[in-house]
Amino acid sequence: MSLAGIFLITFLLVHLGINLLVILNEDPMVFNRAAHFMGTNKVIKIFEIVLFGGFLLHIIYALILQVQNWLARPKRYHKMTRSDTSAFSRWMIHTALIVFAFLAIHLADFYFKAKFGDVGETSEEGVHDLASLIIDKFQMPGFVIFYVASFIFLGFHLIHGFQSAFKTLGLNNKTYTPVIQVLSILYTIIVVGGFTAIPIVIYFQ
Amino acid sequence: MDLKLKIWRQKNASERGRFVNYKISNISPDSSFLEMLDVLNEELISFGEEPVVFDHDCREGICGTCGMYINGRPHGPDELITACQLHMRKFRDGETIVIEPWRARAFPVIKDLMVDRSAFDELMQDSGYVSVNTGNAPDANTIPVQKEQADLSMDAATCIGCGACVAACKNASAMLFVSAKVSHLALLPQGRVEAKKRAALMVAKMDALGFGNCTNTGACEAECPKGIKLTNIARLNREYYKASIF
Ligand code: HEM
Ligand code: SF4
Ligand code: FES
Repeated sequence: MSLAGIFLITFLLVHLGINLLVILNEDPMVFNRAAHFMGTNKVIKIFEIVLFGGFLLHIIYALILQVQNWLARPKRYHKMTRSDTSAFSRWMIHTALIVFAFLAIHLADFYFKAKFGDVGETSEEGVHDLASLIIDKFQMPGFVIFYVASFIFLGFHLIHGFQSAFKTLGLNNKTYTPVIQVLSILYTIIVVGGFTAIPIVIYFQ
Repeated sequence: MDLKLKIWRQKNASERGRFVNYKISNISPDSSFLEMLDVLNEELISFGEEPVVFDHDCREGICGTCGMYINGRPHGPDELITACQLHMRKFRDGETIVIEPWRARAFPVIKDLMVDRSAFDELMQDSGYVSVNTGNAPDANTIPVQKEQADLSMDAATCIGCGACVAACKNASAMLFVSAKVSHLALLPQGRVEAKKRAALMVAKMDALGFGNCTNTGACEAECPKGIKLTNIARLNREYYKASIF
């Protein structure tokens, strides 16, 4: 669970790096070539399978964990908890379900289109014009709002998940935990900030 | 002080149970929470009603028997105390106090606020002990133990088995309790020998008894009357991984 989570955390950074090319580079071909490379390279293809495995593992473990945890308290308290805990940690399964719904829609919109749908060709042999597909999509305000909202919920999931994973792995002490706590906030700000910037910048361009 | 009480009443393990409202007046702010319940029970008895059943023994925070969920917190609105150490001055005059039993599948209600915590005893009987022969008591200082290790071990050993960690946890997990037991033994030479095996066995037993899994929410640490730290859970996890890998 924690290892799969940390794996997904690293994936998000790579994914963000490539996607930022859409807004950071004037020439859409830079992103298209990068996406082409990611879509066709053999090594990346293997990593893609590993990535789906990582998601699957994370989700399956999460469901088992959550069902066991609900069953462990058949009768709930009448009075809502007032214990001093972070709200993010209490709402993990709920933010997870939102992220999952987003993931399904996101894959249908881009991933499966890029793989099986008809995306316009560019002047270069075999390179599809994914940049235009993305830019077209983010002209719709509803789409932009949906993406931004989903990233914020992903952020809620990560702000607890990042530091929780290290504790699960047995790393929790006076020296490292504060550092990890700061890193988890920094990471969340970068990932949420970066991913939300893409639809927003495209919409206002 | 005048107070409104909303207390969980349940005749026995199989009855459904419900909340009953009570009014109580002239309570001294200096009295303890359990003394307040004693006053209520005296009144109930004088009216010929069944008193509210709740667990208690030492009434000085050392036995871990008194356990109840008071206004959304195990042991009520104060830090590092048990319910018997809670004072009525922590409440406002006229306040409504909701009192519930610990809620966990592994801690079934026996009657009213009293729950069956023998799952903790079963855990200790299963694997929470040292079974290697440690010989006679050695001469002083022949087995050196670092001061830091000894302190951490003693801190973990202050767990009184009250169950507040399970009651507070959104997953009704017993990880803090198990980690305290595993830690206090693993940090000293006699317990060190079987540390990883003990961790694996206790975690398996904990799951079998129907406790939930840890998601590092930290409600246990926030509510533990003895200040047992989450770092113990990380130590338990390390011992657990060692047992599963090596
Ligand atoms: C696709 C849908 C997802 C689902 C259904 C899901 C579900 C869950 C659940 C139920 C938990 C544990 C809940 C708790 O602590 O109470 C969790 C933890 C976690 N999640 Fe997710 N998650 C999803 C996506 C992600 C993504 C995209 C990432 C990272 C980029 C991620 C990273 C983590 C991490 C690091 C943890 C903590 C693991 C631990 O403490 O052992 N999750 N997830
Ligand atoms: S760890 Fe703390 S809350 Fe849990 S049983 Fe021990 S003393 Fe009680
Ligand atoms: S009665 Fe012993 S700890 Fe409260």
